Amino acid sequence: MRLRRVSLFDILNNTVITIITLLMLYPFVNVFVVSISSYSAFVENPMRIWPKQVTFEAYKEIFGHPVLWSSYWNTIVVTVSGVLLGILLYILTAYPLSKKHLRGRNLIMIAVVFTMLFNGGLIPNYYLMRSLGLINTLAALVIPALLTGFNLILMKTFMENIPEELEEAARIDGASDPYILFRIVVPLSGPIIATLCLFTAVGYWNNFYSAIVYIRDVDKWPLMLFLREIIEGAKLTSISTGAGDNAAEAANLNITPVTLQYATLIFVMIPILCVYPFVQKYFVKGIMLGSVKG
Amino acid sequence: MRYLIKNKWLYVFLIPGLLYLLIFKYVPMFGIVIAFKKLSIVKGIWGSDWVGFQNFETLFQSAHFIRVLRNSILLSVYQILWGFPAPILLALMLNEVRQMLFKRITQTILYLPHFISWVVLAGIVINFLSPTSGLVNQIITSFGHEPVKFLMEPGYFRSIIVSAEIWKGVGWGTIIYLAAMTGIDPTLYESAKIDGASRLQRIRYITIPGIATTIIILLLLNLGNILDNGFEQVFLLYNPVTYETADIFETYTYRIGLQDGRLSYATAVGLFKSVVGFVLILSANYAARKISGKSIW
Repeated sequence: MRLRRVSLFDILNNTVITIITLLMLYPFVNVFVVSISSYSAFVENPMRIWPKQVTFEAYKEIFGHPVLWSSYWNTIVVTVSGVLLGILLYILTAYPLSKKHLRGRNLIMIAVVFTMLFNGGLIPNYYLMRSLGLINTLAALVIPALLTGFNLILMKTFMENIPEELEEAARIDGASDPYILFRIVVPLSGPIIATLCLFTAVGYWNNFYSAIVYIRDVDKWPLMLFLREIIEGAKLTSISTGAGDNAAEAANLNITPVTLQYATLIFVMIPILCVYPFVQKYFVKGIMLGSVKG
Repeated sequence: MRYLIKNKWLYVFLIPGLLYLLIFKYVPMFGIVIAFKKLSIVKGIWGSDWVGFQNFETLFQSAHFIRVLRNSILLSVYQILWGFPAPILLALMLNEVRQMLFKRITQTILYLPHFISWVVLAGIVINFLSPTSGLVNQIITSFGHEPVKFLMEPGYFRSIIVSAEIWKGVGWGTIIYLAAMTGIDPTLYESAKIDGASRLQRIRYITIPGIATTIIILLLLNLGNILDNGFEQVFLLYNPVTYETADIFETYTYRIGLQDGRLSYATAVGLFKSVVGFVLILSANYAARKISGKSIW
């Protein structure tokens, strides 16, 4: 193989990509740096990417907030139960649908796809949850997102590509369908299960919509409602104060300092940032498989 | 019968999933009768009085309806105009990267914003645009201009939302195009190289035609979703001053339904959106099949 010389094209291309990547990274770095800097250091230079007068005051303050811990716990409960139940439901439903010989398969697939195209809308959904007595319960955060047509099709497509021979061999040895599903198909579906775990976990972790619609009591708030409460302070500054001419009014509104908000943002993002690098290699594979086949 | 007994487990597996779909997806579809009734909580859905199309008449005569419809469509149009080409360009650039380590690192970072919630992103946007301490206004004032109250100006709302959506989604959007590019026959590039085609020419004549089908399908899919703007980003960044350009179907339904308690009217708004959306998406799928021979599902 001939040595490739670095062309102008490569240099330009890599430079532009580097700039875009840095733009993606910048807010994360800035938010983190500000969260561990003093407020005066932030006022002096809000753009900083290197901490100054390092302090963990903001973190100490949010850690003392009772709603933070209850909302954190609620979000963990919702995420864990949502992922476990959801994955079980995806596995059980996708496996029969991956069998081409299954009678009624097309009808079921049409019913699944139809749910992706048409829905009752906000009020009928709300009404249903109300009739089931689920308003203002954590279950209302778990249930609406348990099964989506898109994820189900991703998993079904993956399972269709598992070689039939493996199952046939087990069947000849007298294995039943549950045994085949959980001992052969599930272990072979690692990449797609990991992908869906990440997708659904992130979905539950970040979910704001169900919370704002179904949750009332502060002690049932998930993290995103708590975070919004912290951020509303900033929205008020942004809306009501001009160029600092009515700072007194701003103070009256009990505005949360930026460092405090940023510390909360970081604390909320930490679990995702921790899991993300480990699952990243799986989801690219998972989504590509699903999307190409579609 | 023999078939059923032999495959009984497969059907048993299906029961929970199908029950779930039936209760939580199909039952609400019947709930849309609320749109044709005057819902009384005491009498329940079935006991409430029918009012025919009265809720829809109110809707179509309302000044809000035109505003909401215009905002939903315009926001989508801007999103398609600016947001749709962005991941294609980025994917074309990433595809040309030869240094695998560099590619892997940048891709990891580019996908990351997709996993950040809108609440977090709204927090960042609000702070970056703040008139007093915001980064953007710091830059503006350092050039001697007056600070701008971005979130108070209806004229800026769409630009803010579209920019935020691009920042969040552009990297993630490249995945599907990169997948399509790996499907292009490498011998095409080899022969083009022998014929003396430059890098740009190879992109122009091989890569872009190679992903054209994917582009068309995704574009049609976007057009089919033109009434869906996403509730969270708008809800978290708008305020009564910017309703004029910001209020969309999702936020309007939420406000009149759950905040003002006009359940029947809100259901009518939701039903209008669902039906138009359904027709649009079916048309998009039909068009995709006609043009590319492939359909979305």
